[in-house]
Amino acid sequence: MSSNQATAPLADHVEGMGYLSSLPRRVVTVYLPLLVFVIVLLFPFYWMAITTVKPNDQLTDYANYSPFWVVGPTLEHIRYLLFETSYPGWLLNTIYVSVGATALALVASVLAAYAIERIRFRGSRIVGLLIFLAYLVPPSILFIPLAFIVFKLGIYDTKLALIVTYPTFLIPFCTWLLMGYFRSIPYELEESALVDGASRWQILVRVILPLAVPGLISAGIFAFTLSWNEFIYALTFIQSSENKTVPVGVLTELVRGDIFEWGSLMAGALFGSLPVVILYSFFVDYYVSSMTGAVKE
Amino acid sequence: MSIATSRPRPRPSAFARLVQSKGMLGTLFMLPAAVFLICLLAYPLGLGVWLGFTDTKIGREGIFIGLENYEFLWADSVFWLSVFNTIVYTVVASALKFGLGLWLALLLNQHLPFKSLFRAIVLLPWVVPTVLSALAFWWIYDSQFSIISWSLMQLGLIQQPINFLGDPINARISVIVANVWRGIPFVAISLLAGLQTISPSLQEAASLDGATNWQRFRHVTLPLLTPIIAVVMTFSVLFTFTDFQLIYVLTKGGPVNATHLMATLSFQRGIPGGQLGEGAAIAVAMVPFLLAAILFSFFGLQRRRWQQGGGE
Repeated sequence: MSSNQATAPLADHVEGMGYLSSLPRRVVTVYLPLLVFVIVLLFPFYWMAITTVKPNDQLTDYANYSPFWVVGPTLEHIRYLLFETSYPGWLLNTIYVSVGATALALVASVLAAYAIERIRFRGSRIVGLLIFLAYLVPPSILFIPLAFIVFKLGIYDTKLALIVTYPTFLIPFCTWLLMGYFRSIPYELEESALVDGASRWQILVRVILPLAVPGLISAGIFAFTLSWNEFIYALTFIQSSENKTVPVGVLTELVRGDIFEWGSLMAGALFGSLPVVILYSFFVDYYVSSMTGAVKE
Repeated sequence: MSIATSRPRPRPSAFARLVQSKGMLGTLFMLPAAVFLICLLAYPLGLGVWLGFTDTKIGREGIFIGLENYEFLWADSVFWLSVFNTIVYTVVASALKFGLGLWLALLLNQHLPFKSLFRAIVLLPWVVPTVLSALAFWWIYDSQFSIISWSLMQLGLIQQPINFLGDPINARISVIVANVWRGIPFVAISLLAGLQTISPSLQEAASLDGATNWQRFRHVTLPLLTPIIAVVMTFSVLFTFTDFQLIYVLTKGGPVNATHLMATLSFQRGIPGGQLGEGAAIAVAMVPFLLAAILFSFFGLQRRRWQQGGGE
């Protein structure tokens, strides 16, 4: 939504002044730097992928094999990762935790955003501001007291601990984003529904939510990615291997001793990244709009 | 629009009737979010401050010891080193992210083929889990088999592998580079969104008046972009200042605490070290800096309203 608004002013002269500079000039000032940026930004992923399929003897033998390519790729590291470590379990945990936390956060955020933006109860503006401030509280100053609370609640070392703590950073973000979407829905629609005798709940479910689907997708995707990537809470609250999420599991269990199994380590990193990358590639525009939307509000 | 005032404005009667129960409805709808945010955000924040004044350890209730934790930290050279590291890390990484991010945003704002594809690719480092991309950097920074060392040796620029993470200065540079790599996309894409709201007509007008490229950037693009820059950089500073993951993966604070940030030191003392009180005190010590960043953002937003001619 916000990306549409952002591009609207371009309508008067879409071409800009790019046509004024000659091709050789553009190559040096635009394409070349852009190429360097893209190569640098993508190289770690390439390195991750190529290491995943490299046989062990080629991994460190730079004299006989070019490190940038692979001869006779192997699936050995992936097989090891999937069948001889707890990796599949960690993947399932991460999915379970991310879906659970995202669902909880979305429900709470939809209700909160609707209340702040449309019910406009007394003090709703202050509540909106507080929610924004909550977004600025970083997990790295909360994890110690939260660990204390999680322990007291008796949910230490369970997936539930993550599902209930992740919404603390998801709700402020989602609410803030959804407030922007709800604001763009005309009041008149709600009024006519009210005149027709709909309750607030019916208005929310039948009128507002169907119109805010792009906003819900944006918020959902973003919340899912944030939960998937979360590290410090998962590291602090989870002890046993069978409850770990992918980032924590890969780091704490696949890295042992001084001999690193780079192949399976990189395979773990690659497979842990793929789900969010695939999700992201399907919803790039939603993702970008939610990211920039949060900044522009 | 002052709908939020307590007395409802005259409206159709069906609407007015519902407005009567606004407070009740609002409370009900706010309830789930409020429960989460109060119990698991506001309360821990307060509890963290309290823990900072106690000697709580893992598995043992603490008692109030006043400012002892802070006195201990005040005399602790490792703590001050971590403050120094955090500030250097934040300032250098944010400056680089801003410079390179703005450059990338300007490049992407050009008329390009496959523009949306480029935009999608550029954002990738920001999408994947930090811990997992940091692992790739760990492998890239390997002391013996680093691909960077190898390439530079092939080019004849260096004689032996660079000890990326083993030497204090190198380690600092290495973690900053990894952080910048991850942070550029966020800055670039956010600034790009800001750039797209600037009408090309303004650039053309300036150009007809004889402005050079630099002058157009300096006197047209930059002033219009300032409000977004303020917000984006506040977020970027906030994320960088409280960074934990990257350091934890790459160096765990080493060598000899040269890369310990306040967040990693807080974790190390609090969780594996068991000194919850001391860890909480370190976390609380980060708050003044965060407040400074938030105030900075607030004034950035203020300026924006003024620039839009909104003036309240």
